[in-house]
Amino acid sequence: MASVVFYFQVHQPYRLRRYTIFDSDSNYFDDKKNAEIARKVANKCYLPANAVIEDLVRRHDGRFRVSYSLTGTIIDQFRRWVPEALDSFRRLAETGCVEFICETYYHSLAFLYNRREFITQAQLHRKLMQELFGQTPRVFRNTELTYNNDVAGAVEEMGFDAILTEGADHILGYRSPNFIYNPPNCSSLRMLMKNYRLSDDIAFRFGNRGWAEWPMTAEKFTHWVDQINGNGYVCNLFMDYETFGEHQWADTGIFEFLRTLPACVLATRKNDFLTVSEAVARYPAVGEVDVPHMISWADTERDLSAWLGNSMQANALHDVYAASETVLANGNETLLDDWRKLQTSDHFYYMCTKWFADGDVHKYFNPYESPYDAYINYMNILDNVRNRAATA
Amino acid sequence: MRVFMLGWEFPPFISGGLGTACYGMTKGLDEIGVQVVFVLPTAVPVSAASHVAFRTPADLASPEVQAVRASRKARTETFERVEFHRVPAVLQPYGTPESFEQAIRSLEARQAEDLFYHYSHEGSHPPHAAAPPPQALPSGTFVSGAGANYAGDLFSQIYRYARMATEIAEASQFDVIHAHDWMTYPAGLAVAAATKKPLVVHVHSTEFDRSGENINQQVYDIERMGMHGADRVVCVSYLTRSIVLSRYGVPTGKTEVVYNAVELPDSDQWEMTPIRHNERLVLFLGRVTMQKGPEYFLQAAAKVVQKFKNVRFVMAGSGDMITRMIRLAADLKIGRHVTFTGFLRGKDVDQVFRMADLYVMPSVSEPFGIAPLEAISHNVPVIISKQSGVSEVLTHVLKVDFWDINEMANKILAVLRHPPLQRTLRQHGHIELRKLSWRDSAQQLKGIYETMSPPPA
Repeated sequence: MASVVFYFQVHQPYRLRRYTIFDSDSNYFDDKKNAEIARKVANKCYLPANAVIEDLVRRHDGRFRVSYSLTGTIIDQFRRWVPEALDSFRRLAETGCVEFICETYYHSLAFLYNRREFITQAQLHRKLMQELFGQTPRVFRNTELTYNNDVAGAVEEMGFDAILTEGADHILGYRSPNFIYNPPNCSSLRMLMKNYRLSDDIAFRFGNRGWAEWPMTAEKFTHWVDQINGNGYVCNLFMDYETFGEHQWADTGIFEFLRTLPACVLATRKNDFLTVSEAVARYPAVGEVDVPHMISWADTERDLSAWLGNSMQANALHDVYAASETVLANGNETLLDDWRKLQTSDHFYYMCTKWFADGDVHKYFNPYESPYDAYINYMNILDNVRNRAATA
Repeated sequence: MRVFMLGWEFPPFISGGLGTACYGMTKGLDEIGVQVVFVLPTAVPVSAASHVAFRTPADLASPEVQAVRASRKARTETFERVEFHRVPAVLQPYGTPESFEQAIRSLEARQAEDLFYHYSHEGSHPPHAAAPPPQALPSGTFVSGAGANYAGDLFSQIYRYARMATEIAEASQFDVIHAHDWMTYPAGLAVAAATKKPLVVHVHSTEFDRSGENINQQVYDIERMGMHGADRVVCVSYLTRSIVLSRYGVPTGKTEVVYNAVELPDSDQWEMTPIRHNERLVLFLGRVTMQKGPEYFLQAAAKVVQKFKNVRFVMAGSGDMITRMIRLAADLKIGRHVTFTGFLRGKDVDQVFRMADLYVMPSVSEPFGIAPLEAISHNVPVIISKQSGVSEVLTHVLKVDFWDINEMANKILAVLRHPPLQRTLRQHGHIELRKLSWRDSAQQLKGIYETMSPPPA
């Protein structure tokens, strides 16, 4: 028996408006563009994909099950601009076959800089999930699957059963991501590790006509999943939800693939679908995986270098967290929310210079002309935040 | 492959980026085994010599064979396959009538005393070398003047140059003719007509870059004639190519883009350590003329000073707008923060780069722009205008629209205030610079030559 564990990440940042050093107001966010993108992605991805999932859950009588993580920022944006998207997620929650995962409310890297802030944001998010979906999350995922033993320790302390991370080769070595593991420093916390090969076959390669396996069909994929049978318990397919309709456009056939896959997998009668909590409840941990250094699901490096790879990123991250005390002491709720929105990891991703010259996926998601522009804009805004924090 | 190259400046006789470009290009071609005969109108006083051997064309009196032999003797190690010919003509575009007359007089005087000027410096650099070649002087060396003020009887000099170049050509062996910028186009066309060899014209700038919309019709006509008469038109950027296509009506298929590059200084040649000073120093270096956008630099400076007092703006260069700029600085009440150095050369350029915290090129129109590459090679962060060809090849620089003084000031302040930004620009800029080599540009040129004159099977 092999269980397919789908987890979809749903996130949009609050993109910043162009803000020069000569600006002095506190309107930092490009709400016109943020609304536009939220609506666009909802129409291309969230709404049609949710409709497919809801239909699958009903059609397969609860045997098709998936997990989601929605950041606080996207939920906030749904509330303001696309309430129907939030409604459709609520309907999914009501089916009882959909689990919601906890993460930092603001999709932040707070764990690296401020432990208390990290815990606060996790709690805010947990509360949000309870209010919206009537579920108390049992599983945690840190922003961009950033993870090490310390993250695991902190997450166990918060009372979670399991944590998600990347099944990075340099961590797993000869071991397979298709088992459940536990961190060396935790008594009960489990790790679910992403099967990046199969996940990326859907998320990145699906529509690539140059790929040897193109066109990928539900039958072919089911066969690959079936090969896990006997060599593992789970097939962890972790990906951005925007894969459906946004990264892979509808005309690649990605929605048909999603529609037909569950029936194919279930038809084998050997394999099934589980949510993340169900997976850790059903299967035992087979061993310890020691992760002393930070890993993530980004780029080929699978490390922090997409957000913390150059001096500008280090400086910006350091400075935003250096403002913690004054912002918290100030007591202004709007200021606090602005400051937290500035912690969203995307802002630092835009400053990445790794692949800038080659122009690829980083550029595709980047609203700025260059990482330097991203940094300059960010630092101007942070200046203003500090000034506001300093004045009562 | 042998190229007959027509230029009008070559280090150290330079007034702009063209000389630097010709230097790098010929060196690159030399390295990949392309032979170059370089014809240069050096009527300017040859008080400074360079590492290359210059030779007169025996002034048409002595047999050509002798000339070729002389040049072979004069070859140096650095340029194994490059011959230099000087013809006595004054090609000096950025001049005033006075300076032009002066140059003519000195030419005549020199011709009288020594017609067969011969330089040969076997390996050693002469002690009086004023400007080591790779140090380009990005602005008017000899005179101050606007792009549009074409000096005196320049046009008859251009045709004189064409006549002499043809005579040298008839005595030389080569496969392709390569002419740089409009002043050598008539020579290129003349040589092509006389020898039936294919002609490449290389567009380093156009009349529209130098003069805006108020173009000199005579110059435009020569440019147009050269581009249409040539078999191939090489442009220094896509920006320039678009002007060549839209303003000169050149067929698309005839055009090519070959980017300029930069020669990285040997570590022992230049002192690279920054010169410490208390104020932050923001540098403008170039001809102080409309094309280079000096007024935008000062207007941005005035905005910077509102937020950041400990800063000095250095305007290095001379040009027709210099007095206006001095007045503008006074009107903006930033006189205390601005220094006008006049024209800098050689060691002074090196020094000012070592002092600079930031280099700004706010050009209104810049076909390529080698100076930012030199700034980066000196480890100086760079802001360039988006209206420049070099903006097509550089990613690790800050870019602004030349007219957007608010954004220019915003970026200047960011560099001054945030050391991590300077550090990241420096680190990546230096790596990026290594991708721009004259050897690669030369390789591209060689490919173009070969399509026109296929090597014998």
